[in-house]
Amino acid sequence: MNMIFLGFVVILYLSVIAFLGYRGYKRTKSTSDYLLAGRKIHPMIMAISYGATFISTSAIVGFGGAAAVFGMGVLWLTVLNIFVGIFIAFVFFGLRTRKMGHNLDAHTFPELLGRRFDSRFLQTAGGLLIFLAMPLYAAAIILGGAQFMSTTLAIPYEVSLVVFVGIVAMYVIMGGMRGVMYTDAFQGTIMFVSMTILLVTIYSSTGGVVAAHTKLTALAPQAVNIWGGAGHQGWTAMPVFWSPLWQQLVTTIVLGVGIGVLAQPQLVVRFMTVKSGHELNRAVLAGGVFIMMMTGVAFVVGALANVYFFEQTGNIALLAAGKKTDAIIPLFIKDAMPWWFTSLFMITLLAAAMSTLSSQFHSMGSAFGRDFLEKGLKVKIKDSITVNKLAMIAAILFSTLLAFGLPLFYQEGTAIIATGTAIFFGLCASAFLPMFVGAFYFKRMSATAALASFWAGIGVSLFALIFIHIKESKPLGLCNFLFGTDTLIPVLQNLDPLIMALPVSVITAVVVTFFSKPPSQKVIDKAFKNINK
Amino acid sequence: MLGFQDWGVTLAYVGTIVSAVICVVYGIVNWNKPRENEESEINEELEWEKNDPELKEGDI
Repeated sequence: MNMIFLGFVVILYLSVIAFLGYRGYKRTKSTSDYLLAGRKIHPMIMAISYGATFISTSAIVGFGGAAAVFGMGVLWLTVLNIFVGIFIAFVFFGLRTRKMGHNLDAHTFPELLGRRFDSRFLQTAGGLLIFLAMPLYAAAIILGGAQFMSTTLAIPYEVSLVVFVGIVAMYVIMGGMRGVMYTDAFQGTIMFVSMTILLVTIYSSTGGVVAAHTKLTALAPQAVNIWGGAGHQGWTAMPVFWSPLWQQLVTTIVLGVGIGVLAQPQLVVRFMTVKSGHELNRAVLAGGVFIMMMTGVAFVVGALANVYFFEQTGNIALLAAGKKTDAIIPLFIKDAMPWWFTSLFMITLLAAAMSTLSSQFHSMGSAFGRDFLEKGLKVKIKDSITVNKLAMIAAILFSTLLAFGLPLFYQEGTAIIATGTAIFFGLCASAFLPMFVGAFYFKRMSATAALASFWAGIGVSLFALIFIHIKESKPLGLCNFLFGTDTLIPVLQNLDPLIMALPVSVITAVVVTFFSKPPSQKVIDKAFKNINK
Repeated sequence: MLGFQDWGVTLAYVGTIVSAVICVVYGIVNWNKPRENEESEINEELEWEKNDPELKEGDI
């Protein structure tokens, strides 16, 4: 690779980021600017920012690599990403989030829930959960971004970690939500262009759409030979029903991440940044296409990398990449793509990591500053923006320390990235999704029910993580220490915690609603003002 | 179909494209909706800006 060209591209990229961060800073004057970008963001910027936040490096490299193993069945995740993550999220939740957020003058996701259910405690607890759990997800993104920067630019890991976090921290702390969304839109555009080039190249180099798929189908015996025992039937077929591979693919990858996206605080808050309802409808158009070009292309490329490597080296992708799933996509880019694209792709991955991280910093900071300190503990320092800035610095330091410490406890660095992401998605969905749905569609749902489902979701998730789901319970070791076994329920050991926690959380919400006092009509009338039905 | 081995993957591939098309069609059809609320939304926005307790003086 041409290092001068790469250096030029990196400098150009960072200069634009610095400029956009500065623009955000100059335009931020009030708390609403800092937390919600003044609620006047263009729908196109909002859609791309939502997509770029949603899609991190691990979605492209990690899950793209997973597609090289599981095959094209992973595309079910893309279907959910688009249909649930964009269509349902925007149409059934976005419009109401924006309207109700306005009615209740909410600035954050926990504040929206707290005011809808008239419970300051709910806002405080929600903020605290985000502040405590999100650093794991943020640390996973930092780890991925810093590792990647360190290998690409040949600098020590510690240096790249500080530089990577420092740049993002700068524009998030200074520019607030405006800084985050302007840079997201730029980063999202780079990601879109890069993935489009990748899609065209992969199909043209493997002989066209149907020809490429047919070649991949013909390689099925290679997959069955290695993973047949676990249920693999080839890269263009689903694994055998209920086999270990099927459970992992369907529950953890497809459902875990696909449904978990609905109650992500850093995404929900974006619905409140646009001026009116129809702007959200316009954003659906751009959001759907954007996500298809992200995970859709990454999964197709990951699976088809098998054809490319088999034709070139006689090995399938995983073996060509030295049995490292996360190395498959980068290796394919290096081998199959022109030299200039390697540099562009590096910026793409950096953009994907930065756009996700910036929103995580912003969400953690506002959760700790606005929801926990300011509204929960009634802390008053100078003004609201200062509280949020200080909280953001605390959250950034916390996640960075975690990113420094995690590899010391857990050697398989790459596995942490996917695990950290999956744990956070599952936890958020189990704790927040039932009350998020209830907030908009069940006026009868009470604060007691919301809180009960919140605790039930967290409780079952943690129990499943520590005692059942072997992927986490084994490395954590607490189950083994107490009971001498890695999992208490072997038959459920491959099921994602979300699959157990979400139903419990939903049932708790429904049952408690019928046995508790309904919310006051005054709060309901205020929250549902101008919301149909 | 499309060179795939089974219907499960074929549906996922087609489903990806169909989902994106649904988003595009929805976006175009509802480009200016919900229109009926637009006026009230603008009023609400003005009201909100006027009453926003956290807006510092001289910001508007």
